[in-house]
Amino acid sequence: MDLANAYAALVADLPAVFSMGIAALVGLVMIGLDSFRNNHPAIPWMGVGALAVGAVWEVFHLGAPQTTAFFETIRTGGFAAFINLIILLTGLATILLSNPYLSRLKRDYGEVYALIMYSTVGMLLLGAANDMISIFLGLETMSVCLYVLTGLVREDEGAVESALKYFLLGAFATGFFLYGIALMYGATGTLTLPAMAQAELATPTSQLLFWGGLALFLVGFFFKVSAAPFHMWTPDVYQGAPTPLTGYMSTASKAAAFAALILVLFYAVPGGEANTVLAVIAVITMVVGNVMALSQRNVKRLLAYSSIAHAGYVLVGLAAGSSAGYSGALFYLLVYSFMNIGAFGVMGLLEWDEKQGRKQTLDSLAGVGMQRPLLGSTMGIFMFSLIGFPPLGGFIGKYLVFAPAVDAGLTWLVVIGVLMSALSAYYYLRVVYVFWMQSPEDVEAEGYTEAALPQATPAALGTLVVCAVALLVLGVFFGGVIETTSAFFDATAMATAP
Amino acid sequence: MDIPYLTSLVIFLPTLGALLTLFLREASSIRWTALVTTTLTFVLSIGLFVGYDPSVSTAIAPQLADVSSAWFPDTLDIKYFVGVDGLSLLLIMLTTLLGPIVVLSSWTYITEKQKGYYALLLLLQTGITGVFTSFDLFLFYIFFELTLIPMYFIIGIWGGKNRIYAAVKFVIYTLVGSLLMLVAILFLGYEAGAAVNNGVFTTDWYKLLEYNIPIATQSWLFALFAFSFAIKVPLFPLHTWLPDAHVQAPTGGSVILAGVLLKMGTYGLLRFCLPFFPNAAQSGALLIGILAVIGIIYGALIARVQDDAKSLVAYSSVSHLGFVVLGLFAFTTEAMQGAVIQMVNHGLSTGALFLLVGMLYERRHTRLMDDYGGLAASVPVLTTLMVFSVLASAGMPGLNGFVGEFMILLGSFKSTVLDSTALVVFATTGVILAAVYLLHMVYRTFFGELDDEANADMADVNGRELLLMAPLVVLMFVMGFFPNPFLRQTEPTTEFLLEKIEEKRTAALEQAEPSEETAQLPAAPPEVEEVTIEVDKLELER
Repeated sequence: MDLANAYAALVADLPAVFSMGIAALVGLVMIGLDSFRNNHPAIPWMGVGALAVGAVWEVFHLGAPQTTAFFETIRTGGFAAFINLIILLTGLATILLSNPYLSRLKRDYGEVYALIMYSTVGMLLLGAANDMISIFLGLETMSVCLYVLTGLVREDEGAVESALKYFLLGAFATGFFLYGIALMYGATGTLTLPAMAQAELATPTSQLLFWGGLALFLVGFFFKVSAAPFHMWTPDVYQGAPTPLTGYMSTASKAAAFAALILVLFYAVPGGEANTVLAVIAVITMVVGNVMALSQRNVKRLLAYSSIAHAGYVLVGLAAGSSAGYSGALFYLLVYSFMNIGAFGVMGLLEWDEKQGRKQTLDSLAGVGMQRPLLGSTMGIFMFSLIGFPPLGGFIGKYLVFAPAVDAGLTWLVVIGVLMSALSAYYYLRVVYVFWMQSPEDVEAEGYTEAALPQATPAALGTLVVCAVALLVLGVFFGGVIETTSAFFDATAMATAP
Repeated sequence: MDIPYLTSLVIFLPTLGALLTLFLREASSIRWTALVTTTLTFVLSIGLFVGYDPSVSTAIAPQLADVSSAWFPDTLDIKYFVGVDGLSLLLIMLTTLLGPIVVLSSWTYITEKQKGYYALLLLLQTGITGVFTSFDLFLFYIFFELTLIPMYFIIGIWGGKNRIYAAVKFVIYTLVGSLLMLVAILFLGYEAGAAVNNGVFTTDWYKLLEYNIPIATQSWLFALFAFSFAIKVPLFPLHTWLPDAHVQAPTGGSVILAGVLLKMGTYGLLRFCLPFFPNAAQSGALLIGILAVIGIIYGALIARVQDDAKSLVAYSSVSHLGFVVLGLFAFTTEAMQGAVIQMVNHGLSTGALFLLVGMLYERRHTRLMDDYGGLAASVPVLTTLMVFSVLASAGMPGLNGFVGEFMILLGSFKSTVLDSTALVVFATTGVILAAVYLLHMVYRTFFGELDDEANADMADVNGRELLLMAPLVVLMFVMGFFPNPFLRQTEPTTEFLLEKIEEKRTAALEQAEPSEETAQLPAAPPEVEEVTIEVDKLELER
């Protein structure tokens, strides 16, 4: 590190953190504005504006060459831009969907949006990290904000319980994570990911340190992406948190964590030594997620288990250990974000209990598709995409993670994966038929009445429609996206990164 | 007349119609849009029938093909590749013909949520036509799955009392099979890509046809493909979803389901299973033949004891499609052509039976045969139509059903692959049993005492119903008396396919040399090793 030129280098590197910077600055302005004019209605729109500008910026950097900035702590260019784009778009959708939900709960504090912005900053850092410290910083910034957001509805015992659970278990997982980093540093003497790949593990001790550290490190990641058997927190936390924010947690934070995981696997274990572990974890995750989801009557818990299952599908792509597998996983994260944020968004717009917003059982939703065709049909598209039906994005996503696994000789894993997808059809279709094929009389439960249905804002409805259309488009015209993502893992593209 | 992109137009015109209906408000304009779209599609598909020239070989490429490789990046050889050949032509025609008929049959039957119904119906037609025209395995898979969603809603929203159970069962059954097939497609794509396509993953039908799969691999790939299609056909004992789906579905749904949707299974066996995996298919032929014959007899016996006219027709489908499967696995020209023609025949006659049962249901809101009786006196025209359809379905000479069944039985008798006279003898009893249960149904419903007042006052068919039945009845006669124009269209492709199968079978056997003995055992250890070496090689290349 040349300290004489450090200042100039830092300034020159600023564009690398454009999105992070704008999100953080606007978050600061939000808090400032909020302290003068409490809960100013412009606050969410400031967030929308900032994230939208960031997203546009990232779109233009999708094809940029991949290098590093800030003394190799942060990656720029293609891969980072793609993950940042997913995070920014998801954050954007979250704000638009949270707005009507939170104002119905009388919880649309300005600080909430600022917290969303800061957790976005953390995710952006995590997704673009090039060394262990950036990964850790990003993970913590993201998690601390999410802990607070989970317990937003203070009066609700369920919400407080889930926030506490999330915090305690999250802190525990962070401990593993940090310890793993320390051991890996001890073994290799570096924190930068590409340098770690070149480090020689000469002695048996250093090998033990490295592999032990990697194992602990992976445990921390598996916790964050809710892979079984580290998934226990997911259903409770997802159920207790405010619904649109649950969507945020299940998509953007996973995308960021998976991005970092992919980089670690790509650099730290280029020989694919972890593939068997990943395959086993993928199997457990897919089986646990899908089987547990079968018996859920609460839609949010159902979606929580479904998101566990989907983490398993992404892990299938990672277990393939090839460039095609990694780029397939990236594509999967993109479509998964659209469908999951949409599904939670629809649920958020349908929770009508004024006091708590806690009516989430399947029975209470009988026939709602007929009364709210727009919500019903978008939910249908999200569900079919989650099953993996062509011509929706979810199918192409599954194809792109399963095909490399077959290519890598993991056909048994893919067979389990597709059988689990078939199983998942049962509970996703249940949501669809409850929405469209039943009426409140069929289930003899208190259902929605026309008057009780909450009004959705046009912006929220528009977000859902955009998500649904994006899934349709990604299901048919995906060529460009595939080309973009596979270019990231081109041997030369990654090698040029110093 | 040359219309550019004719095949694609026939596939996607219904989708355009479906999109159009979404913007319409009035029920009548939605119905008319659906009718006009499907009729127009049928008229266009006549262009396919005329444009297809059986004397031009389809050994290298299909006719009237539309190809675009811009769909996937170059690293994957997956194309939008549609076209027509002798196997698909008649089934495409059947699909487009049933389109307007189904719309007309739903005209007054569907009274609620008409927009969704007609939009889904049109979407369904796109899916089915796409299945029959795809020459890319991946594209085929997409269309194959695409048919599930509309059918799920058609059964689940407009169906009978147990509709949700039936709809979910239908989707899960098919999905289990087709997802396993997807794994096989992925595996096959990489293997074939490495062997014949410079290491690029491929799902092009013609390229896959060039690839001689090692015998050990063939057997499990064949098992996955055949399992998927056997569920769809449905082959005994995987048929249990069918009666549920049929009985619960609205008339239009049943007609499509029996008329063309089931044929996707037999068509898939013919198009992919037999030519890709000839050795495995021939060694499994006897087993599948036995299952098919069990299906023929079992379906017929169960049909005989039904009280519900609709489930009787549903079980008759199990029986009839057993013939088709038997014909396919006989590996003779007669039987294979018979199977193709029988697919069309079954679509016409069973479609007609479902339509007529639907008409009765619309009038009396019951399908129990005990509630009817003596209808011949009150509704003579409907009775006549029913008798024709029943005779066609039972295979009376002079009507269409006879041609297909006769060719299948003849071909199976000559078959050296099946090599079992007993099997054919048992299959032939199915023809007799068909007459038993179908005539029994006619007897219980249309003849005998007219003792119920509601039956006596029943209205006979109206102009619309006559119009929609007319093409079916006419075709039953035409195909019964002059099957040649239709057989001529299918013959060259069938012959080409059989030659190719034989060629590939010997090639695969030669590959398995020098150890002649191991070639006979499907899962012999040396070949398993051979496969793993190839996977390693793939990784090295990457």
